[in-house]
Amino acid sequence: MNAAAVQEPLIFELSVEGRVGCALPKSDVPHYELPKDLERETLNLPQVDELTLVRHFSRLSQKNYSIDTNFYPLGSCTMKYNPKANEVAANMAGWRLSHPLVGEKYSQGSLELIYRLQASLAEIGGFKAVSLQPAAGAHGELSGILMIRKYLLDHGETKRTKMLIPDSAHGTNPASCTMAGFVTQTIPSGPDGNIDMKALKAALDDTVAGIMITNPNTLGLFEKNIERIAALVHKAGGLVYGDGANMNALVGVFKPGEAGIDVMHFNLHKTFSTPHGGGGPGAGMIAAGKTLAAYLPGPTVAMKRGKFEFEMPEKSIGHVKAFYGNFGVLVRAYSYILLQGREGLRRIAENSVLNANYLKAKIEKTYPVKYPHSCMHEFVAMGDIAPGIRTTDIAKRLIDYGIHPPTVYFPLIVPEALMIEPTETESKATLDMFVDAMLAIAKEAKEEPELLHNAPVTTPVGRLDEVLAARNPILCYKD
Amino acid sequence: MPFIANTDADRKAMLDAIGKSSVEELFADIPEKRRFPELKLPEGKSEQEVLRELADLASRNLTPERKAWFLGAGAYNHFIPAVVPALASRGEFLTAYTPYQPEVAQGTLQSIFEYQSMAAELLGVPVVNASHYDVATALAEGIIMALKNYSDRTEVLLPRDLHPEYKKVVELYLEPFKVELREYVGAPEVAPVSDKTACLVASYPTFTGEVYPLAKAAEAAHSVGALFIVQADPMMCALFKSPGAQGADIVAAEGQCLGNPMNFGGPFLGMLGTTTQLMRKIPGRLVGQTKDSADRRGFVLTLSTREQHIRREKAVSNICSNQGLTMLQTCIYLAAMGKNGMRTVASLCYDKAHYAAELINGTPGYKVQTNSFFKEFLISTPIAAEEIFDRLVKRGFVPGLPVSRYDASKPNELLVCVTEVNTKSEIDSLAQLLKEVAQ
Repeated sequence: MNAAAVQEPLIFELSVEGRVGCALPKSDVPHYELPKDLERETLNLPQVDELTLVRHFSRLSQKNYSIDTNFYPLGSCTMKYNPKANEVAANMAGWRLSHPLVGEKYSQGSLELIYRLQASLAEIGGFKAVSLQPAAGAHGELSGILMIRKYLLDHGETKRTKMLIPDSAHGTNPASCTMAGFVTQTIPSGPDGNIDMKALKAALDDTVAGIMITNPNTLGLFEKNIERIAALVHKAGGLVYGDGANMNALVGVFKPGEAGIDVMHFNLHKTFSTPHGGGGPGAGMIAAGKTLAAYLPGPTVAMKRGKFEFEMPEKSIGHVKAFYGNFGVLVRAYSYILLQGREGLRRIAENSVLNANYLKAKIEKTYPVKYPHSCMHEFVAMGDIAPGIRTTDIAKRLIDYGIHPPTVYFPLIVPEALMIEPTETESKATLDMFVDAMLAIAKEAKEEPELLHNAPVTTPVGRLDEVLAARNPILCYKD
Repeated sequence: MPFIANTDADRKAMLDAIGKSSVEELFADIPEKRRFPELKLPEGKSEQEVLRELADLASRNLTPERKAWFLGAGAYNHFIPAVVPALASRGEFLTAYTPYQPEVAQGTLQSIFEYQSMAAELLGVPVVNASHYDVATALAEGIIMALKNYSDRTEVLLPRDLHPEYKKVVELYLEPFKVELREYVGAPEVAPVSDKTACLVASYPTFTGEVYPLAKAAEAAHSVGALFIVQADPMMCALFKSPGAQGADIVAAEGQCLGNPMNFGGPFLGMLGTTTQLMRKIPGRLVGQTKDSADRRGFVLTLSTREQHIRREKAVSNICSNQGLTMLQTCIYLAAMGKNGMRTVASLCYDKAHYAAELINGTPGYKVQTNSFFKEFLISTPIAAEEIFDRLVKRGFVPGLPVSRYDASKPNELLVCVTEVNTKSEIDSLAQLLKEVAQ
């Protein structure tokens, strides 16, 4: 029987007094008394043997859809295949067991890898310098916005407190601005899905600190006016932040640093194929051109007389994280860049864009696409294709076809959004399977809508009561 | 290229369906002069070439594989049971993303719920989130959470003996806020709290290993209406009273020591917990238990109106991606160890550290400076700690952290960490070698 179909108890419910899941050494030193007033009395952790533990987590894993098991066209998340060689590389003892404070001369391997990855990513993005310290995309955003803040303060620009953000942006953009002490102003999209230039010009007053641009934007469209936008913002005294969440469409095809972007993050867990791990860890490296390079967070790695050394960029904002970033993730990304090489990187962008346009061509007659122009690596369709049918219903029914739903209800500017990103690693056969499923669901939507409303039915649980979870939060096991 | 399945024939058929004659045409929106720039990178290599190149680089690092290891200072060399990576590296966990679609993510969601439950027990608080990047960022966001709790309080009291890495991150995160960061020396209960104080922060233990009781500090903070925040070693909490049991309102802890390798400083696991009262203000993802229409138990992301994808600029934090996989490793580690294993490992650390301290304290020229400690303690050294470090590395020992790496005014201080992986004979040899290099 499929383990995914049965209820799996909580680890606490499998606990039996006296069991332990790991053989531990006996003490070879004398025993020392704890300070009496600080001694802990009880510790209610579960007690399970190793096989129980292995079955429990193996069964739990089988309740997940994952890239390794399912097509996962989650828009803006770039759920591409994560090569196994990268896992082998990252798990080499020399990396896994290396200590961040052992000293530069005893960790030249790690420093050289950081140095090489900094240089590779600077070349790919067309930037002057790179810091690998941020742990995630949003962390990179915060770093970049803090860099802009420090630059402006260094230049006496205390009035510049307003950051411009297109209405199609990820929620992390405005949230990062708030954390960095800026207020945000939303810039609407024009009828073509690109930034409305008139609205942008109107917003460019002497309080503007800069703009955050995602390119391609979350509609999957290349921001055609990117260089003009950058020039206008610069002329108004602001700086340009590039959100590189969608860099998968552009590697080897376009260097943002050459088009006026001052500072930008790349999500190594998207474009550079490091595994998403059920939510993380990611890596949100940050790159800067000549204006902001000196402000990057640190430490970064430099080479001096053939040796690798840590250094803080001259005007660095400081440290955004303890130590040097999610190093284990960096090893995977570097391994991937070595495997791909210059021609492989361009093929990533080409095939991801081709795959997305193919899917769009195949389903847009059934699922309308608000901005029908050629897309980049993803596109946004709409799911309200029959009376009483919403995007949620399409998404949940896709699960019954063995496919992870696309991103839904985002971007906010498209009603009933279905944001579809196939990535370059999927075959035409898989894409055709998806198209068949989408068309079959459209037919069901008209003929047997209950199939959609009741979906999914093939999963360990059906649609869950999220209102109940939020109204009466149960966040821990209680016996 | 093994990561792209489509053949030229596939691509031709797909272009026909789109109505384009070449892939290049799909990039027509990119300004022509910027399109397809030269990439000054090497050609792609084979898997075996890449792995050999990386193995060669990795071999240039000094690791505990061939050394007796007494270096901690925020990254700890503990034993990791084989089941931990074996289970966490299953593709179904490794290559899933954020559980936005709960019906196909019950594996991830139930694991997070189990982690939240075990971490909450360990730290002594009712709520722990699904993870932060590391303890430094968790602490920084915990302090911001406290500041937002008041409209008229801007003072944050930090221990002078806070880990220098954490202090730097806290300073940067708080820089955009109107905040007064003040340092206090010694026990948190004597920190100068006042009606301006938003939060009192204590380290449990401090950077140099000192374990101060927390209950009176919690009382002091609460007596002026401030919040009490504790940055804790979660392994120590298996043996010592938890921060929550001593009155902490917010707890930040570094979970690397619970089943995650040192990885040159990341990915680590930021643990962040709080009280039921402050639950709706905590940043980061939370998983809650609920039911489906057939009354079956299930788990979902919950209280999401705190988060950036719903609230945008009004969110409590910008955090999105977290440290899911390191959290899973810790979840499996805590379950494998369980009640008895956690106490055993923590006791081994405690006993071995105290045995080592006793031996070193009896070695001429060395003196233990930390009064009450768990697994890490500071010693003063008769010669420069950096010199001891270099000389002992040659003898197969990494003796600890020369504090001068953070503070040049302290050349003769060494921070020594002892865990369950250190044997008595290693400890005996360490003391002997320290004696020899001092002569």
